[in-house]
Amino acid sequence: MFGDYSIGDLGSIFVMQGFAGLILFSVYVLMALGLAIIFGQMGVINMAHGEFMILGAYVTWMTSNLFQSYLPGLFSGYFFVAMMLAFLASGALGMLVEWGLIRHLYKRPLDTLLATWGLSLILQQAYRSVFGAREVGVELPQWMLGSLKVTDSIEVPINGIFVMGLTVSITCAVAYVIYKSRWGRQVRAVVQNRIMAGAVGINTEKVDRYTYGLGCGIAGIAGSAFTMIGSTGPTSGQLYIVDTFLVVVFGGAASLLGTIASAFSISQTQSTLEFFMSGSMAKVLTLLAVVGILMLRPQGLFSLKVRK
Amino acid sequence: MIINSRFFNRSELIGFVTLALLLFLILPLSLDAFRLNLVAKYLTYAFVAIGLVLCWGYGGILSLGQGMFFGLGGYCMAMFLKLEASSVENTKIQSTPGIPDFMDWNQITALPFFWKPFHSFPLTLLAIVLVPTLFAFIIGTAMFKRRVGGVYFAIITQAIAAILTILIVGQQGYTGGINGITDLRTLNGWDIRTDHAKFILYFVEVVLLFGCIVTAQFIRLTKLGRILVAMREQEDRVRFSGYSVANFKIFAFCAAAIFSAIGGALFTLEVGFMSPSFVGIVPSIEMVIYTAVGGRMSIFGAVYGSLLVNFAKTTLSESFPQLWLFGLGALFIAVVLAFPNGLSGIWADHVQSRIDRLISSIKRKSGGWTSNSVADGAPAE
Amino acid sequence: MLIGHQPKPFLLAVEALTVSFDGFKAVNNLSFYVEENEIRVIIGPNGAGKTTVLDLICGKTKATSGSIQFRGKELTKLKENQIVQTGVGRKFQTPSVFEDLTVFENLEISYPRGRTVFGSLTFQRDDAVKQRIEEVAEMIFLKDRLDTYADQLSHGQKQWLEIGMLLIQDPELLMLDEPVAGMSVSERAKTAELLNRIIKDRSVLVIEHDMKFVEDIAHKVTVLHQGQILSEGTMEKVKNDPKVIEVYLGH
Repeated sequence: MFGDYSIGDLGSIFVMQGFAGLILFSVYVLMALGLAIIFGQMGVINMAHGEFMILGAYVTWMTSNLFQSYLPGLFSGYFFVAMMLAFLASGALGMLVEWGLIRHLYKRPLDTLLATWGLSLILQQAYRSVFGAREVGVELPQWMLGSLKVTDSIEVPINGIFVMGLTVSITCAVAYVIYKSRWGRQVRAVVQNRIMAGAVGINTEKVDRYTYGLGCGIAGIAGSAFTMIGSTGPTSGQLYIVDTFLVVVFGGAASLLGTIASAFSISQTQSTLEFFMSGSMAKVLTLLAVVGILMLRPQGLFSLKVRK
Repeated sequence: MIINSRFFNRSELIGFVTLALLLFLILPLSLDAFRLNLVAKYLTYAFVAIGLVLCWGYGGILSLGQGMFFGLGGYCMAMFLKLEASSVENTKIQSTPGIPDFMDWNQITALPFFWKPFHSFPLTLLAIVLVPTLFAFIIGTAMFKRRVGGVYFAIITQAIAAILTILIVGQQGYTGGINGITDLRTLNGWDIRTDHAKFILYFVEVVLLFGCIVTAQFIRLTKLGRILVAMREQEDRVRFSGYSVANFKIFAFCAAAIFSAIGGALFTLEVGFMSPSFVGIVPSIEMVIYTAVGGRMSIFGAVYGSLLVNFAKTTLSESFPQLWLFGLGALFIAVVLAFPNGLSGIWADHVQSRIDRLISSIKRKSGGWTSNSVADGAPAE
Repeated sequence: MLIGHQPKPFLLAVEALTVSFDGFKAVNNLSFYVEENEIRVIIGPNGAGKTTVLDLICGKTKATSGSIQFRGKELTKLKENQIVQTGVGRKFQTPSVFEDLTVFENLEISYPRGRTVFGSLTFQRDDAVKQRIEEVAEMIFLKDRLDTYADQLSHGQKQWLEIGMLLIQDPELLMLDEPVAGMSVSERAKTAELLNRIIKDRSVLVIEHDMKFVEDIAHKVTVLHQGQILSEGTMEKVKNDPKVIEVYLGH
């Protein structure tokens, strides 16, 4: 399949497709980050994660509409407001769900998987009832459109760079919160020994609720980024859940660096292959490669040998 | 009907007879051809659900990819029927006569090699069982030998189901794409679309279903059944009792795959087509809910769960399409939060205990009977 | 340390065994030998690597380097279930029995026959099986609880059941991890009696903190500290070893 292209062409194609894959990469990283936090913290598999993302996407869409109608002058800055709102909306819903559903199911990981799937069906139908079945698209402000021309054959989309920068800052912020802040210490204490953490005065229920909220909130931000690569519909989130889980598992569930590396390799493989074949075959090959590698190395790319 | 009293205990025997009456007599006598065909369609999912009882309920292995085996079985059958429907004279208007219509539309001029065995009915029957088993064996060996289980296994099976769907949809020329394989007419010359044929197929299906029920019950009652339960709780203890845990998991997973494949093949016969919408993530996880609603530890429950959930689905999605997803979602949550043992759990806790009390009080009054103490009180629930 | 000059072959020979968890050496270049019919107790402070040693022998943890020979077979290359089949039985620290099965079924699963998939499908509960199970059940004080589900048993009874499950395997080397921990005084006495009966005709490797209990049963004691042997010999010798007193028995 590479035969028809010269080396120089191939180089440009890889770079271009690489940058085109940046937004997908960002969505994967943000989604996987949220999932990994929730899974690492509570052992809960959140099958409704895609729907939390889509909530963020709908919030972004509504914000852009509001700005267009009422604050057209400030439209160029709406995306920042939308992101904040998306984070808050998804986070708040996440905390509500943790309170109403998840906290009853600790230590039953397979059951949380089914229950959160049920939740995702309910959310999908709720979106359909509220926003309609038609997919909606978001209009980007002028400055985010277009691309930077680096060389004759390489162009880099501006929104890709923007989202990428955003993802990097969010990832750093999360890393800081988890590894440096007082609250992060509490989270890690609960992860390592829930009973002991409770005994030394950490309110484990509260830690769980905020962690779950944080994970879902980040998914909301992923939804904001998602509006740039796809149109938003009630079931758009479902398509992402399997990919994201593979990202988390592939990276080794406990490793932040691993999550980023695996999101990068998966999104880039897919984006590059898409240039050479149909989107669906690119996806099949990518997922097959991931599953194949996971069969050989089930602990994921990055993991420590620990005493079980 | 003579059944070894050790094979079913009393309440299971009642369950068996009730189900047999319902499926062999009551439903065929009371439903019209259209509704009976619907029941036949629902029952194909019961095969999957019984497999999940063994694999998930007993073995603790949750597979979110059973649709893949259902689909493989169904596609094997559909390929045979399609080839029969695409005889040279039936397809003489095509640019290449003698190949399925969708291939012709996709500019394919010769039958692909993997379609060729499906000219033969015996080979097709063999493929219906062997292809999914091989699939399950490979997946199971790769995962279980490396001690991958629990949620990881669930996610991987789900991913594989997704891959298979994308592949089927993407390769329309070879698979019929998103529409699936349609317009199936005859089975060895016998028209399967008539009401009479559907009536007969229904009984074939029910007989096979009871075959699966008895097989599952047999497995459950052997030491292997108890090892599955043991494994679910204390995998290490089983290992340190000298068993290769992986082999037992592979067995359970393969058995579940075979049951699903039989269900899928029957689905093709009953409904007259097969499409990727029965293969992927969504149908696969719905199949889990049939088992959960019936009670993940109950073989009979699996049949009732499949019937009830699908009946509710048809009724609700016809009259209140919006409500159905809310209802299904709520069902997932309710069955996990409030009724982890599903219908059979409710039955055992609330109905069975009352019947037992009633019977024992009658016995006490009549005095005479000696209760033949049930030594085979297998852990049904 | 020199115990290896008799010509008699050892039942278990652990040599230069090392395992490291992400750089931390939980067991470090450890060597020891267990003879036929010997009762060896391993003691040592928390984190000394005692449980890890048992994990390594029974295959639960893979060694980084070194060798474990049992009757001349190299165990480090075998899988857990194969190690069991060569005649090594292991009891865990927390009782691990099958709570959803009855006492009878628990013991039946441990009965050493029909261990393959096909074998377990065709396994028959014949008289030999029933007789053996009843025999063992009597020994572990559970004869009248055969039809009880294991989750109904007390903590001590679960410990006994697990010992019974090992017994029915009839291993040549029995490894017990804190068999009397968490037991009441009367249960403890009964357990000691039980252990004294079952350790005949086989070698036993025990981890225990209860010094009274150790003195009662040990032929030889190995003291572990930070993954290495601190001292080894009779209880008398070990008790008077100043190094041992300093790190372990002193407090």
